[in-house]
Amino acid sequence: MEMRSPLGRVRGLGSTKSGTQHWVAERVGAIALVPLSLWFIYSVVALNGADYVTFKLWLGEHGNAVLMISFVVALFYHAKMGLEVVVEDYVHHETAKVTTLFIIRFATFLSGLSCILATLRVAFIG
Amino acid sequence: MAATNRPLSPHLQVYRPQITSMLSILHRITGVALGLGTVLFTYWLTSAAYGPDAFHRAQGLMGSWFGLLVLFGFTFALYYHLCNGIRHMFWDIGMGYEMTTLRKSGLFVVLVTIVMTIATWAYIWSRAGGS
Repeated sequence: MEMRSPLGRVRGLGSTKSGTQHWVAERVGAIALVPLSLWFIYSVVALNGADYVTFKLWLGEHGNAVLMISFVVALFYHAKMGLEVVVEDYVHHETAKVTTLFIIRFATFLSGLSCILATLRVAFIG
Repeated sequence: MAATNRPLSPHLQVYRPQITSMLSILHRITGVALGLGTVLFTYWLTSAAYGPDAFHRAQGLMGSWFGLLVLFGFTFALYYHLCNGIRHMFWDIGMGYEMTTLRKSGLFVVLVTIVMTIATWAYIWSRAGGS
């Protein structure tokens, strides 16, 4: 059954035209996060109560730094995608929706950058 | 415009609550909670960039009773979102849509989440010497 109004059909409304790309991108992050988040939980459990020197030595190991940065990138990428979908589904007021989407993009970018730079600083300078 | 007055998704209130819909919304709730939780993760990792004092303060905060309570919640949310996310991946490749399979996989996800959460915290507790 055709659910679109004649005007909507003429205007070509009803499709964001980039939905598939967003859907795939959300899942790329998700697949990467399966092993990475298990590694993260394993690591923070092992680091429970660790002092700064122990943490620095741990993060200074090449493999741990690589995995931490990978985890950070996948985490904030996936969080951005997921939160965007939730906001688009439930926030209907246009100004509130656009504002929230902007906050999500800025916050995930800044948080991700801060985590990556912190990892590099601790690993290389500490 | 009367022509646009059509049913819009999501229209949750017309459905009776059942395990499939409850687990579906729990996936979103845990996802949003984990999204907000990245603030705490960012604080913890960034504190290390400010040196030993800031890092020890962050570690102390995480080790407080309130910090542990929040981390326990995040452990549950992360394991649930992870397990149910894998369930979603099976749907993405077209598997597991039969109603009996949906209920079974849902219950399995909940069971695995609870077991993994308890096992993780039992391990943390045992390593801390039961203190």
